[in-house]
Amino acid sequence: MTDRHASRRDLLRAGLATGGLLVAGAAGAGPQKGNPANQPPNVPDWTRNLGEGVAVRSYGKPSEFEKDIIRRDVEWLTASRESSVSFTPLHALDGPITPNGLCFERHHSGIAEVDPADYRLILHGLVDKPLIFTLDDIKRMPRVNRPYFCECAANSGMEWRGSQLNGCQYTHGMVHCVMYTGVPLKTLLDEAGIKAKAKWLLLEGGDSAAMTRSLPLAKALDDVLIAYRMNGEMLYPENGYPVRAVIPGWEANMWVKWLRRIEVGDQPWHHREETSKYTDLLENGKARRFTYVMDPKSVITSPSPQAPLNHKSGFTVLSGLAWSGRGKIGRVDVSLDGGRNWRTARLDGPVWDKALTRFYYEFDWDGRELLLQSRAMDETGYVQPSKAELRKVRGVNSIYHNNGIQTWQLHTNGEVENVEIS
Amino acid sequence: MSKSRETCRGLSFLPLLAAACLICLACVAAFGAAFASEKKLDIGREATAEEIAGWDIDIRPDGHGLPVGRGTVKQGEPLYVERCAACHGEFGESAGRWPILSGGNGTLASHDPVKSVGSYWPYASTIIDYIRRAMPFGASQTLTNDELYAITAYVLFLNDIVTSEDFELSDKNFRTIKLPNEPNFFDDDREVAEKAFWRTDPCMSNCISGDAVVTGRAKVIDVTPDPGTGPKVE
Repeated sequence: MTDRHASRRDLLRAGLATGGLLVAGAAGAGPQKGNPANQPPNVPDWTRNLGEGVAVRSYGKPSEFEKDIIRRDVEWLTASRESSVSFTPLHALDGPITPNGLCFERHHSGIAEVDPADYRLILHGLVDKPLIFTLDDIKRMPRVNRPYFCECAANSGMEWRGSQLNGCQYTHGMVHCVMYTGVPLKTLLDEAGIKAKAKWLLLEGGDSAAMTRSLPLAKALDDVLIAYRMNGEMLYPENGYPVRAVIPGWEANMWVKWLRRIEVGDQPWHHREETSKYTDLLENGKARRFTYVMDPKSVITSPSPQAPLNHKSGFTVLSGLAWSGRGKIGRVDVSLDGGRNWRTARLDGPVWDKALTRFYYEFDWDGRELLLQSRAMDETGYVQPSKAELRKVRGVNSIYHNNGIQTWQLHTNGEVENVEIS
Repeated sequence: MSKSRETCRGLSFLPLLAAACLICLACVAAFGAAFASEKKLDIGREATAEEIAGWDIDIRPDGHGLPVGRGTVKQGEPLYVERCAACHGEFGESAGRWPILSGGNGTLASHDPVKSVGSYWPYASTIIDYIRRAMPFGASQTLTNDELYAITAYVLFLNDIVTSEDFELSDKNFRTIKLPNEPNFFDDDREVAEKAFWRTDPCMSNCISGDAVVTGRAKVIDVTPDPGTGPKVE
């Protein structure tokens, strides 16, 4: 028995090593060969032997063979990991929802590890009665469930001047979409009673940056949530545990994590994240501020540089994501020839308001080189612009709000690369 | 309430109880109406002035939130050198990829804009607010109010916003400090300026003449992290 288990473990280890190599090799395209001893007519080890019992894996995680599907960062981008970003592996996901453990991270002074017993939210300023809430208080309030995308304003920011990063994880991975559970901020404001002069709110985090953003009162009363769950679970520490702001359709920097304080005021605060950062510098040296809404955007997630095709021709499914901070996605078009001709893709799964929407385009690939693009259109009629159109009106110094159309070049060997085209 | 609803569902095939069910539904509607009204939940308690004061650290351009205190450029220099210069550079020029604080005047419309306190930031209050809440990096909210004013004064000096080493910044004179780039910010006008992006009928065929030509490749720049490698653990 012991011997058998030992040999099984050895085999498993050997299998993992092989699997790992094959995954690494997948960047060069071509089907995975695997181990013939596990394939018919042979009967693999996992069929002959008992596997692990229940609760050995008391909190489940993906198969060992998926271990490369992780958040990744780009070391040269930032000065330290505490003030940096990691990217969602969009190329390896499907459907509209992002798994909690893969949601991109952006911290300004690292992750605050907040003890829920000590969590407090203070609401004060231009209110009739300043209030302090515990986590239990917030959980006692009437709650709602809403799926929303959360996109960093700097998503695709490295691509303003040209193609830089080979992979949609890096070019578009500062976006995720989860189902939030939380309390409308209006409920809390009604509890405190806002004074007639009130026009703006300041949201402040409990992290070591005490991250702040000014929020117009009208948005706060419209659809902002004080959220504590993502996809049913309590928020993860890196996403603001135990409580964060959810500002539907607006740039992620405003979705203050580890939310500790809301001050009601009559004017914006002009803090660091809404002056020095998150303002959009135009070609003439002037800067657009309060650019909250994330405009319609899309990206083909497969095939893409990290998700090459493993076949040489034939039936092919092109898959991608589209989203709009202005409402629901109305339509997504796909081009195989660099924007000369377009076909309408098929939206599949729920088309939620201000959420990631999955699209597919199925076609018979003739094996020739293609220039793949996707173009999102939302219910307001906004059509995602080409990079050239966007640069024409914004220049290339904006950093933020790059929603230009992405081009992937699919090569005859199935490899894909990030390119700029004329 | 949910209990009575279940009872209704389970027995609703009986006509008599079906009538009772309607009553139940009426109850639900009544509850819903009460819920939708402005009636307070009475959850949470009044925050004390002391609790608020401990966390209320924000400062606005109009002076709202400025703590009582003062400090000179001269007093700020050694503090800056000790607490700030390792990342921001001795003259605010930045070390490595840490944020730059000074220089860059006249570069905003160039191909290489430098966004420093002096060249870009619209309000001086943003400096003192940010230092107060987030600096020094890794030791936030440890500076005294006088130190805040002294370091802020020194940063203003590095940017030639104040020019005398004897200049003393305080909650009394703070509002007199103006940064030169303030007029160059304007509110989001994308819905007007970029109105052309709203198109009812986007082009579907022969949209651009001639074949597409590849003009740039990410692989030429070669800055993408290697596949298969996880983040380094430090």
